[in-house]
Amino acid sequence: MGQVIAFWVFAVAIIGTALGVVLLKNVFRSAVLLVTCFLAVAGVFILLSADFLAAMQILIYVGAIAILVILAIMLTKQVTFGSPSNKFKFPALIIAALFCAGVIYAIVNTHWQVSNVAPSSTTTSGLGVKLFGKRGFVLPLEIMPTILLATILGAIVLVKDRNK
Amino acid sequence: MTIGLEHYLMLSAILFSIGLYGALAKHNAIVILMSIEIMLSAVNIALVAFSRFIVPTELTGQVFALFAMGVAAAETAVGLAIIISIYRNKETIDANKIDLMKW
Repeated sequence: MGQVIAFWVFAVAIIGTALGVVLLKNVFRSAVLLVTCFLAVAGVFILLSADFLAAMQILIYVGAIAILVILAIMLTKQVTFGSPSNKFKFPALIIAALFCAGVIYAIVNTHWQVSNVAPSSTTTSGLGVKLFGKRGFVLPLEIMPTILLATILGAIVLVKDRNK
Repeated sequence: MTIGLEHYLMLSAILFSIGLYGALAKHNAIVILMSIEIMLSAVNIALVAFSRFIVPTELTGQVFALFAMGVAAAETAVGLAIIISIYRNKETIDANKIDLMKW
């Protein structure tokens, strides 16, 4: 019962804050709501018994991405510009609604082969075995640092002021 | 009532649609980037829900979600660097006015 209540609380929080991010005029407020949305997503991960992912969600999204977004908003002084909608507001609304309806129709009409096995209580060791063990995900894990290194270099090169 | 796979998938679908609307309908490049982050979060919820309900003992979905998180962080860093670079050169982050590559 507690899980049901927690799910609905998190679901309402996620959708409410996500709507706020998209609809609010003040960019800074949308960024703060985005942080709340990420926190609620971490709560959903805990409900899905993915404890390690919840911790990573808070570390990466709330800790790193949110700070980056807020810094970018401050550096570009665009709070006064706000976030107006462009001329595709209604077509975008229709496309998003159609997409949502289609996906929900597919979800409801698919017979999911749900397993009744209880999930493992801690996932960290299992994830470690998956990532580093034999027949695991070692190659993607090694490509990941390459992407991060390219990201660091790319970000530095892009932001560096060439005129000075 | 119990919360099943469908509930999580519907939450994910609604969240993805909100992000899709934001990415399509906004002027501000930073808001577009935030909407893309929302879409990636929705995908992560779906991946973890599949992992939890279809194969509870395998953690493959969670591994995919981890990689998606890493790529999302990289994408945000480069995206914001591009936005700041454009702001320096053009004094705007209005996505409709950034038309350097338009013929």
